[in-house]
Amino acid sequence: MNTASAGTLESGDILIQIAPSEAPGIEIELQSPVAAQFGRQIKAVIEETLSGLEVNNVYVKAVDKGALDCTIRARVSAAAVRATGKDVWKD
Amino acid sequence: MMFVPGNNPGMMADAHIYGPDSIMLDLEDSVTMAEKDAARFLVHNALKSIDYGSTEMVVRINPLNTPYGKKDVEAVVKAGVDVIRMPKTETADEVRELEAEILKVEQEIGAVGRTQIMAAIESALGVVNAYEIATASKRMMGIALGAEDYSANLKTQRTPGGAELLLARETIVVAARAAGICCFDTVYSNLDDMDTFRAEVELIKSLGFDGKSIINPRQIEVVNEVFAPKPKDIEKARKIIAAIREAKEKGSGVIAVNGKMVDRPVVLRAERTIALAIASGIISEEEAL
Amino acid sequence: MRNSKVVTLEEAIRRSGLHDGCTISFHHHFRGGDKVVNMVVDKLAEMGFKDLHLAASSLSDVHAPLIDHIRSGVITRISTSGLRGELATAISHGLLKEPVIFRSHGGRGSAIACGELPIDVAFLGASSADPLGNACGYSRSENAKSICGSLGYALPDARYAKHVVVITDDLVEYPNMPMSIAASDVESVVVVDSVGDSSKISSGAIRDSKNPRDILLAKQAAKVVINSGYFNDGFSIQTGTGGASLAVVKYIRESMLEKGIKASFALGGITAHMVKLHEEGLIGKLIDVQSFDKVAAESIRDDMFHQEVSAVDYASGVHKGSAVHALDIVILSALEVDVDFNVNVLVGSDGVIRGAIGGHQDTAADSALSIIVCPLLRGRIPCVVPKVTTLITPGKSVDVVVTEYGIAVNPARTDIRERLEAAGLNVVDIHSLAAKAESIIGKPDPLPFKERVVGIVMNRDGEVLDEIHEIE
Repeated sequence: MNTASAGTLESGDILIQIAPSEAPGIEIELQSPVAAQFGRQIKAVIEETLSGLEVNNVYVKAVDKGALDCTIRARVSAAAVRATGKDVWKD
Repeated sequence: MMFVPGNNPGMMADAHIYGPDSIMLDLEDSVTMAEKDAARFLVHNALKSIDYGSTEMVVRINPLNTPYGKKDVEAVVKAGVDVIRMPKTETADEVRELEAEILKVEQEIGAVGRTQIMAAIESALGVVNAYEIATASKRMMGIALGAEDYSANLKTQRTPGGAELLLARETIVVAARAAGICCFDTVYSNLDDMDTFRAEVELIKSLGFDGKSIINPRQIEVVNEVFAPKPKDIEKARKIIAAIREAKEKGSGVIAVNGKMVDRPVVLRAERTIALAIASGIISEEEAL
Repeated sequence: MRNSKVVTLEEAIRRSGLHDGCTISFHHHFRGGDKVVNMVVDKLAEMGFKDLHLAASSLSDVHAPLIDHIRSGVITRISTSGLRGELATAISHGLLKEPVIFRSHGGRGSAIACGELPIDVAFLGASSADPLGNACGYSRSENAKSICGSLGYALPDARYAKHVVVITDDLVEYPNMPMSIAASDVESVVVVDSVGDSSKISSGAIRDSKNPRDILLAKQAAKVVINSGYFNDGFSIQTGTGGASLAVVKYIRESMLEKGIKASFALGGITAHMVKLHEEGLIGKLIDVQSFDKVAAESIRDDMFHQEVSAVDYASGVHKGSAVHALDIVILSALEVDVDFNVNVLVGSDGVIRGAIGGHQDTAADSALSIIVCPLLRGRIPCVVPKVTTLITPGKSVDVVVTEYGIAVNPARTDIRERLEAAGLNVVDIHSLAAKAESIIGKPDPLPFKERVVGIVMNRDGEVLDEIHEIE
């Protein structure tokens, strides 16, 4: 697995960087303008998406600009696929 | 139909609040190659999670002969898209190829027949084959003109009057009508020139197009205004339909309204006007009766 | 000149009799370009004063240097209409020991007039003053350096403060007439290089928002106005600033021309848009408590029917002759509106102070029709919520809420609801708007507020309306 990223710093988006980690589990570092209200939820969505893709032992750096859950899922999926090289869609 | 780039989550989240009849999320020309994979995820997730209300959802996929096309089809069909817009359509075979791809995914998820197709015609060959394309599949709900690529293909440029597009426009309207499907005109990108935009919308309406592609919410109002029937047209249509009804009740054959003969094309046009007035929200269904 | 009151700032302070624990006041007509507050407080700190109560009409980003003066004990209490920027954030995190007292413009005016907020020394910036103290928010001389227009928020201070110091960057010949602040109210005049950065006080012209959402909101709000039953010849109107509010005027104008309707007056913060309508003959008179741009500031200087009004005569709830009592329609914005139509314009949804009450409480309460225009969401921040973070304007004052997902009407206003529905507008239940917001962004976790109270929100009658707690 490589380090990879997806997303931008535009309003409504979230920049996700994934790197392989020696520590077990999924470690998430989150920066968000709505950290107090939605930080927990954002981290949950990131974790859930990665688990769904069977991605583990990673360090995720997320810079949020007010992204909705569907955008977070999309960006995490894209970063994960770029990092593992295993796509979700068939050729 | 409002174009929204598929790599812009901010825009995708609430494009529908401006009231376009349909939204086209784009995976093709507005997305760079490096971001095709990410845009596909954005569009898939947006279609699944965002409540677009009654807005018709369209996605423009990449052509099937690119590394992206097939994956695009899978991603958007699985997300429940209403219509897939195929770019740069030139032959009926291409349509059938897409149809097969769509069917494969629909079968996988048990939703056969759900997805429709819209073909964008953007080249000389596409125009020549317009009728074949329009009739290539039962899923085909409409054909559209893509003027930028078309005019480049003709080895000319776009001009304000649009003379270079006249044949393409008329061919597409004719083919669509012969096939019994809809037809849509191309985008106009100068947002600061609303006057020319309005003139173009009026032109394509009189050519017979059902709708126009737009790139910004500011253009929605103009299109709706131009396409909405005017009050005096609605009044005239009402009179005609009332005259028909009265004639039927009396059993008389020939009908005249305001001294003019009312024959079948006139009646059809009147009915269409009333339908359009109801669809535009100008009159309610009860008022139409 | 004989009897000239011109002295240095230091001398003016000495003459004022100011001592530790006193209340000093300022206006905020120079907005983001203000230099007076920082200049005076710096000098007071230098001279060794402590424990002062700073009663400004409002404070903004530019007043961040006050943070140091609070830490060193020069300023220990603050009264204001609003706080922004680093200062607001620091106070939200517990910088000041005493809670900040927040009042509306009308509330501050009446508190000063009735003796509830006694001012020891008022330091009032002016764009011109003569040696006896006649002062204006503009200058008619060739040496004019700054312009702010109306001095509406400074007038109660000028009249009721024990001691008034006018600070100007353009000393003109006596008599500086017509004047806003009268010489008989003024004790000292101080001349400085600059009272405000003109480029930040007001822009040349208001730029029309090209943001499609602002345009959509403005058009909807205009439709509400036009179909409200209050859109008749001779109506009066006030709008806030911000993209959507400004654009509403543009769309109402079209209808005014179409229907031959003229407004008798526009009130409040006056903008270039309002001036244009007035000059076209569509608005009879302009009643100006704050000039929001250069066009408005110059208009108040030159046009007899564009008049300055003090905060008291603008919006005092106690004085029944204040202009808001004659106001038909007001268009306001909000940070949050809740399902009871309560409005919050002061505290962000992250618990940090970032706004001002302004004239919100006053205009909403006394106008005939109050319309709040706000997007349903700002990014992932909901603007229609089950309960506001902080209560600023009570729901009974609020009649209509316009969002891009629909228009909600206060249940008490069945008359308005019927008219808007008859006009075919998308009228919805406010609960469905709150639910829609939550369905899009999810349900927010409760904010980590602490015990300590850092702000007290007063209502127009001088009673406590709500408290703002420290946030982590």
